Order: sequence, then structure tokens, then C-alpha cells
Amino acid sequence: MIRQLAKSVREYKKPALFTLLFIILEVVIECLIPFITADLVNKVKTGAEVVEICKIGALLAGMAICSLACGGLAGFTCAKASAGFAKNLRHDVFRKVQDFTFTNIDKFSATSLVTRMTTDIANVQMAFMMIIRTAVRSPLMFIFSIIMAYVMGGALSTTFVVIVPILICGLLLIAKKAMPAFRSVFKKYDNLNESIEENVRGMRVVKGFSREEYEKEKFGLAAENIRKDFTKAERIVAMNTPLMQFCLYFNMVFVLFVGSKLSISSGGTLINVGEISAMLTYGMQILMSLMMLSMIYVMLTMSSESAKRICEVLQELPDLQNPVNPVMEVNDGSIDFNNVSFKYSEKAKRYALEDINLHIKSGMTVGIIGGTGSSKSSLVQLIPRLYDTTTGNICVGGVDVKDYDIETLRSSVSMVLQKNMLFSGTIKENLRWGNKNATDEELIEACRLAQADDFIQSFPDKYDTKIEQGGTNVSGGQKQRLCIARALLKKPKILILDDSTSAVDMKTDALIRAGFKKFIPETTKIIIAQRIASVEEADMIIVMENGKIDAVGRHEELLVTCKIYQEVYNQQTNGGVSDEANA
Amino acid sequence: MKQMPKRKLDKGTLLRVIKYFFKSYPVLAPIMIVCILFQSVTATLPAIFLQKVIEAIDKWQPTSNWTEAVLEIRPLIILLATLYVLSIIAITTREQLMAYMTQGFLCKMRRQMFDGMQNLPIKYFDTHKHGDIMSYYTNDIDTLRQLVSQSLPSIIQSSVIVLCVLGIMLYYSIWMTLIVLLGVAIMLLVSGKIGGGSAKYFIRQQKAIGATEGFIQEMMNGQKVVKVFCHEEEAKSDFDKINESLYQDSYRANAYANMLGPIIMNIGNILYVLIAVAGGVFLAANVPNFSISGAAFSISIVVPFLNMTKQFTGNINQFSQQINSIVMGMAGASRVFSLMDETPEVDDGYVTLVNAEIKENGEIIETNKHTGHWAWKHPHQDGTLTYTLLEGDVRLTEVDFGYVEGKTVLHDVSVYAEPGQKVAFVGATGAGKTTITNLINRFYDIADGKVRYDGININKIKKSDLRKSLGIVLQDTNLFTGTVMDNIRYGNLEATDEECIAAAKLSGADTFITRLPDGYETLLTNNGSNLSGGQRQLIAIARAAVADPPVMILDEATSSIDTRTEAIVQRGMDKLMEGRTVFVIAHRLSTIMNSDVIMVLEKGRIIERGSHEQLLEQKGTYYQLYTGAFELE
Repeated sequence: MIRQLAKSVREYKKPALFTLLFIILEVVIECLIPFITADLVNKVKTGAEVVEICKIGALLAGMAICSLACGGLAGFTCAKASAGFAKNLRHDVFRKVQDFTFTNIDKFSATSLVTRMTTDIANVQMAFMMIIRTAVRSPLMFIFSIIMAYVMGGALSTTFVVIVPILICGLLLIAKKAMPAFRSVFKKYDNLNESIEENVRGMRVVKGFSREEYEKEKFGLAAENIRKDFTKAERIVAMNTPLMQFCLYFNMVFVLFVGSKLSISSGGTLINVGEISAMLTYGMQILMSLMMLSMIYVMLTMSSESAKRICEVLQELPDLQNPVNPVMEVNDGSIDFNNVSFKYSEKAKRYALEDINLHIKSGMTVGIIGGTGSSKSSLVQLIPRLYDTTTGNICVGGVDVKDYDIETLRSSVSMVLQKNMLFSGTIKENLRWGNKNATDEELIEACRLAQADDFIQSFPDKYDTKIEQGGTNVSGGQKQRLCIARALLKKPKILILDDSTSAVDMKTDALIRAGFKKFIPETTKIIIAQRIASVEEADMIIVMENGKIDAVGRHEELLVTCKIYQEVYNQQTNGGVSDEANA
Repeated sequence: MKQMPKRKLDKGTLLRVIKYFFKSYPVLAPIMIVCILFQSVTATLPAIFLQKVIEAIDKWQPTSNWTEAVLEIRPLIILLATLYVLSIIAITTREQLMAYMTQGFLCKMRRQMFDGMQNLPIKYFDTHKHGDIMSYYTNDIDTLRQLVSQSLPSIIQSSVIVLCVLGIMLYYSIWMTLIVLLGVAIMLLVSGKIGGGSAKYFIRQQKAIGATEGFIQEMMNGQKVVKVFCHEEEAKSDFDKINESLYQDSYRANAYANMLGPIIMNIGNILYVLIAVAGGVFLAANVPNFSISGAAFSISIVVPFLNMTKQFTGNINQFSQQINSIVMGMAGASRVFSLMDETPEVDDGYVTLVNAEIKENGEIIETNKHTGHWAWKHPHQDGTLTYTLLEGDVRLTEVDFGYVEGKTVLHDVSVYAEPGQKVAFVGATGAGKTTITNLINRFYDIADGKVRYDGININKIKKSDLRKSLGIVLQDTNLFTGTVMDNIRYGNLEATDEECIAAAKLSGADTFITRLPDGYETLLTNNGSNLSGGQRQLIAIARAAVADPPVMILDEATSSIDTRTEAIVQRGMDKLMEGRTVFVIAHRLSTIMNSDVIMVLEKGRIIERGSHEQLLEQKGTYYQLYTGAFELE
């Protein structure tokens, strides 16, 4: 996991290494300062010359400035390294997701990917910063301080033999006990917040059933429960400070007492006032560095969850590969399904599609009808190789789809997805997704064909109208027509509309189909629809049921032979299904 | 993402937090404060003891006579140790109390927020982003926790220590104190400068994060579209631009923040050296001391002074680091309070719903038993009580309404629904269909006109009882975490398993529920994300069915069920609607064709009304919709 993440450091290795260097320097200086200060104090005490005092003072001040410079620079390079690392991580994850296939996309929900790229990466950035700043600093500080304390304090440093083990054991014990307590309570806390979210979202239901008191009671119980768990966990961690203070105080008393004894009995030769004062500083430094180490430990374990989630994305393998010697051109719009079966994952029990055999000639109009869950979408998604078949093969223009260059195939097979969306930007920008280099005339032409030109012209900014995020400022029917225009701009050999006119009124729908017939006769058109009227005139209608083809034929034939088709037809003509914006 | 507070910080907020805290723990909180004070004072003691011990060392060192010196030093050490033991007790008490009280306080805040939220009118939820409401519970509570458990105690402690140390310093030497204060002034100046820069970039970073998150969200949601259009490369290069600008702000913000610590600390170091040198010079030059104690300069003053300098600057540093989180905590607290201070939904209805028994002579009597009959209990001003049988007669007369004052969205709407009738509303999005139902259950109150329920003005009916008598199924289905059974039972908490299953059968949900891995005990999470939209709607219908209300509102309740399945479910639905007054809103005309009366709405007005056949004959808007000449959006 660490190796995977470390790959993303790249050009920020340099600032990271500089950070280490600066920090080492800073620590060395910081540990020397009390040593020299002790000398200064002793000089002051013995009443040395002012010049001599000033000399040492200048040396110390110089060291402090060096330490300031090192510390400041380390802070700077460290910020650069960690922010850069985060940038690269986001870059890598985003790139990885762009290379995802539909199968990969299905596996991660969009919200989870957003969290991974924001919160999780921010956590890792913090952890990285902690590591390069503190993880080196603390152990170094600890070791140097111990050495200096020993060199200077001699017998006085026995104090550390007592307090260091106590502190280490204490901290470890606290961390060990607190971690699992926190982990379980955090999970509960998440659940609590989820239930709040549920309430906020479902407030109409809560109020509609007058369940306010019931919800309050439920929440109260859960909140109390969490309070208890949190208190338990926090009380364990709350032992940190007294432990730390105990060690500090012990050091103080010990150094003062033993120090004064040694100093007085040796007449100031073994230990003097300066050393006593310095020992107090070292004691502080040693304890602080241990404390920091335990904090890092906690922090790392906390962020390891985030790191794991990021790695999951980075290590995900795209399951479709471009062939070695790809075919770079699609001849025509004919489609052949040969004994195709398909399931979404190897583990899936049920096949989404079974034994599909279909032969569609170039330029045909094909309608597909079937209830929700009958795998209509699965069927057409195999054509531009958004998924690979499990068994059997699919040929487009007489060539197996697996032999095409994926981009070539997908620009020839244009698909309007059922769950479609526009992106924030102008209408023009959105349309040019279909063809970057399309001229304004081509845009208008495509929009006319998709019956979108009229309403676009009615907007004050026409083709430069801004589309809001999620396309909220156009109606469902308008959005669908824009999506069709965008797909048309590819000038595809095969055009697939997956329930793409459900919110368009029947008249416009008919106009769109008539336009297709007139202006793009060579293009194979596949139309999935809920409305019989949308497919009635097709050269071939496929009726799907439970992942299998129930019947294939023309409208008139199916009315006679296919029971499902009859049922739907009767219901729609008698029931007058007109407009619906649904799946 | 967190939003920067826009409103000005209310000075009273901090006081309010503190008051709240003390009110919650009137005994424990003062004890904790005493502990903090005691501990802070003991923290400054070493200086005095150090001075005394060094004085002793100075005195006895030339003689090297420990046995005599010990008599002087030992009582000092014992006193110090005793104070330390007390201090440790104080610290432990304080920390334990703090852990206990912080969590208790947060829990109390959470509950108050939640309880308050439950009492807010629907308007609040319609006009506030759900993400923002959620962040009160997550981000803002977190900053509040930081404020209460760390920042405030730490500020108290630092202030006490700084004051004590200042006192001791003045006691020993005013000259030296002045040098320290000068250094501290420089420190504050520098930290103000750097802190300002850091804050500026943190705000920019926050904005950049928002932009990045927005972009990522859009792309992740549209990833399949990106793939279909082979738009990956463009997406990548767009992202790189946004990512780069986030990096620029992020590293600057962090750089400033990172540099602050070492800079302050080393200014402290320089100050330390300065004091040492000054002490040496003063000693050597025999400068007369100027102090409260009147003591002469000696090494026993200089050495503790050095340590005090460290302590002083250390605590100033502490102080400056807490400022940020105090400001943030206050912003969080003011948002939390703003939620708690929202005006709750007023319910001054006095007509209540009671179980009723109908005597043979037609008289209605209130009873505690469930009889299957309900009645409105209507107390009058003259002290008499009348009972009206609940039948489900709903009449709207000349109703006007607007969500925002001055912007009327319903004009002169009159709808008469007799018990057992099915009334349908058809119209484009925004025509006001859902608004009408919002008025019937009083999610919103009408501006003008009358709404009567069984002849009673609905403003007189207690809201909770009114809503109990109405079953609603909405287009956006909201299920709660729990089993399928729990979710159905939400409609009637007293319903038995059998009753829930019967309701599911009636609504047509039973077939798919029994096919789920654990049947009715299948756990639903995340708003039932493991079910299809149609399945969720079926559960919602069952949930309304189990409540067995005399009036039902079905707002696009079957929109996610495909036409063929709907036809299958239809029989159950018809049975469900039997004998109830039903308001139906649907896009799909097949759903509403068999209604007793259909209202066609346009821009908040009813433009056509009548049965399916009547409306077809009129050859108006409904006819055009039916023949597909219009698009409803």
C-alpha cells in the first residue's frame, strides 16, 4: 500500500528530502542550544567577563537564527512536498478513473469516488506532512537529547532511565486501549450522522406520518449510546496528560534534588547550576518527542483507512484492453450478435443476457421494447464494447468488436445513454463533446435534426447559453434532445438511443425519427423505448424479456405473434400512455 | 465543503456557549475550573523553587557540605513534590471531567438540534440545502468540540500561567521583564503577519477545494458519458488545471502555517539568549536591580528567569495557536445556534382525532379502544364538545397560495373531494399539483380561501392528528435504515407483522419482498439503494397502506414502475383506494384515467375539470395531452 502511494511523490521527492535535511539540522542545533546555554549560565554564575558572555551569547543567537531558518525552510518545503504529493495523488486517481471501463465504474459509486479524491486524499496529505516533519524529528530529538543529557548530566541522566520506560509503556497502553474503542465509536458516529441525513431527506415522510416524537426518541437513544462510548474512549486518552505531567514533575524533582546534592558535594565540579537548568530542558524535549511519536502513531492508523481506499482505486485493473494490432476503420453499420451471453461479473449467478443471436443490416432502424430489468440496455452497451461479452462474439461492420481500436469503434458507434447528463458549460461546449472540431453550422444542423434548434434559438444567449451543473436549467425533454444532437455530431455509423426520448412529446419524437430516416439513412439506428409509437415503424422490433429475446419482427407481425407486445400495445393504446420521464 | 461564515460573528455566541456549558454542569464545571486554576498556578512554581534551590547551591557549594545543605533543600523539595502530587490529582480530575462533560455537552447539543429540527416546518427543509443542514451536525459540532474541550481550557490555562509568570518576573526584576515583554511584542507582531497570510491562503484553499470537488463530482457522475464520447483526455487536462490551482493555494496556506511554529519558537530562543546575556552583563556590571522584591541581582534570579522566559513565550505561542480554532469554533457555534433558534412549526389546532364508537341511534361516543371508526373531537368556546365522524371529505374553496410572499403560485383553486372519491391532478411541472397536496396536510398554510376537512376548518385541527388521517406517498421515496418490515411498520407503529404483510400484499410489494434474500427481514440501508426505484415505491405504498388512512395522497407514487408492472399492481392499488378519498398526481395518464374527477392545472389555475370521458369530449388541453400532442415538462 505504501509503495503504491509512494509512486505518486515523484517530482516532490526533492522538497521532501530537503525537509528531512532541514529538520535534521534544526534538531541538531536545537539539542546543542541547551548545552551551550549551560556553559553561558555557568559563566554568568562565576561572573565571567562581559565580552566572553557576549561571545557565547552571539554564538547562541546565531544558532537560534540558523534554527529559525531551518525550521522555516522545513515548514515551507514540507508544505510544498505534501501539497504536491496530494496533487499527484488526485491526478493519478482521476487519470485512473478516466481509464476505468463500465465494469469498473459500476463497482465504485460516484459519491465514494468523490470522497476518495477529496477527504481521503486530504487525510493522506496530513499524514504525509506529519511523517516528513515529525516522524524524523521526534526520534532524532529523542536520541540527541538523550545523548546530550548523558554527556552533560552524567549521573543526573538516570532520571530518564526511570521516566522514559514509564512514559513509553503508558503511552503504548493508552494507544492500544483507545484505538479499538475509537474505531468502534467512529463507526457508530457515522451511522448516527447517516440517520440524521435520512431524517433531513425524509422529513416529509416523518411529518406526513407524524413521527416527530418517535424520531426524537430514537435519536435520543442513539445519541446517548454514542455519548457513553465516546466518553469511555476519551477517558482513556485523557490519561495521556497526567502521565506526561507526572514524568515532567518527576524529572523536575529528581534533577533539583540530586542535582543540588551532586553540585554541592562536588563543589560545582561535577555538575553546576547551568547543567541543572539544561537537564530540565532536555527532559522536556525527550518527553515531548515521545508524546509526538505516540500522536503520529494514532494519526497514521487513522489515515491508513483513507490510504487503503485510495489504493483500491489505484490498483483497480481496467478489464478491457485495446488489441495489439487494432482495426482502425469501421466499414459499415451492420451488427451481428453470435450466441452472445453476458453477465456483469464473474461471480454473478444470473446471466443478464442469454443466447442472443441477431443480425442487423447497415442502415436499418431497430426498435427494442421490454419491461424494466429485461436487459435492453445491457444488450446495446455491448455494441460499442462498453462491456465485453461473457461468451459468444459481436461483430460491427463484419469485424469482431474486440479487434477494433476502442476509440475508433466508439466514435463510429454513438450512444445516447439512458442516464444521460450535460456538463456545466455552454450549449456549444456540450455539443462539441461529440466532435471537437465541429463548425457552428454543423452544430446547428445536428440540433435541427434532434429538434433542438428551435428551443435553443428561443434562449437569449442561443448556443452560448450556460448549462448549470447537472443540466438543471433545461427541461427533461430539452436535455434529451441536446444529448441526441451531441451524439449525432459524431457522424456515427451506428446510433443508439437508450430510452432517450421518453420526456419528449410524441409529435417531436416522430419528427426526430422522420429526420433520421431522411437525413441519415445509412446510419444504423437502434431505438430503445417504452412507447410502442416510438418503434412502430422500425424495420425490426426486438421484444426483450428477462435477458432473452422473446420475439423479433415488424410491428404487424408482432401484433399477431407476440403476447407481450400485444399486451403492451393494448395497454398503451387503451390506456393512452403519453408522456413520462421514467425508466 | 465547509462554507466560510458569511454573517458577522456574534459576540454573544461565545458567552452563550459558556453559559450553556455551565448550565449543563452546574457543579462539575466549576470544579474543573478550580482544577485548571490550581494546575496553572503550580505550573509556574518551579521558577520560585529553582530560585531557592540555586540560592542554596550558591550558598553551600563553596563548602561542599551536603549534610548541612540538605536541611535547607529537603523541605523545599518535599513541598514541591507535595504540590506536584496535588497538581497531578488536579490534572487527572480535570481531564476526566473534561472528557465526561465534553461528550455530555455535545450529546445534549445534538439532541437539542435534532429535537428542534423535528419541530421545524417543511419550509425550512425546502429552503435549506440538505448538505448545509448536515454540516451543522458534523463540521460545526466538531469545531464546537474543539472549542469546548481544548481551546477554551487551554486559553484559560495559558492566561493564568502568563499572568503568574509575569507577576513572578516583576517580583524578581523589572528590567529583565521589560526585555521579555519586548521580545513577546515582536513575537505577536510576527505571528499576526504570518497568521494573516496563512488565513488568506486558507480561505483561497477552501474555495479551490470547493471548485475541485464540484468538478470531480460532475465528472464522476458523468463518467459513463465521458467514456461513450472518448472524452477522457480532455477531462484529464481540464482536471490538471483545477488541480494545479488547488495545489498552489494549498501549499502556500500550509507553508505559512508550518513556518509559524519554528519562527515563534526560535524568537523565543533568541529572547532566551538575550536574557542570559543581559543577566550576565547586569551581574558583571553590577547594575542595581529594580524589582518588587527588592532583591539584588544574582545567579539565583537569572537562571529561573531563563526558564520563565521559556514558559512565557511557550504559552504565548499556545495562545496564538488557539485563536484560529476559537474563531472557527465560534463560527460553528453560531451556526448551530442558528439552527436551534429557528422558529418551530406552530400548532395551535385544538380539534383532535379520537377512537369513536357509533351507537345505534347514530350518536358518536369517544372510546379508548380501536374500533375502526374515528371522530374529530371539537371543543367549543362555550365548553361543549362535539364529535364529527372522520369520513374524508376534503374541500378547498377559492384557495390562493404562494411559497414566497407576493408570488402567488395557486390562484383561486377550488376542489371538492367527497368521501371515497378519486381526484386526479394533471399538469406540467410547476403547475401547482404538489402544492395543493402540501396545503391539505398543512406542510404550508394557505394565503387566502378555505380548506375544510369533514366540514372543519383545517386550521383548527391539530397538525399531527390531521396528518395521521392522511396517507402520503411521494415521488421521491424515502426509506429508513432498518428491515423491510420496519419500514412498512413506519406507517403504523402498532401494526402486527401480519398486518404489515397484508398491506404489502395489497400494494403489490409482497411478490418481490418474498423473493429478497431475507424476505421481510432484509436490511435496507442508504435509502434502500439495493432496491430498484419501482420496488422502493411499492414499499412506500405499503407503508401508507398499513396506516389505513381515510384520505390518501399519491404524488407520482407509481412513476418508477414500468407500465406493464403497473398494470399488474393496478388491481391491488384499486383495492387499496376503495372507500378512501384519494388525491392522485401522475404524469402518466393511464394511472389517473379512472379517477372520478380530473383537474388539469396550468400555471396555478385549474383550467379543465371533469371525468376522463368528459375531458376528451371537451377536446381541450387534456385531449391534446392524451393524444400526445403536448409534452409535459
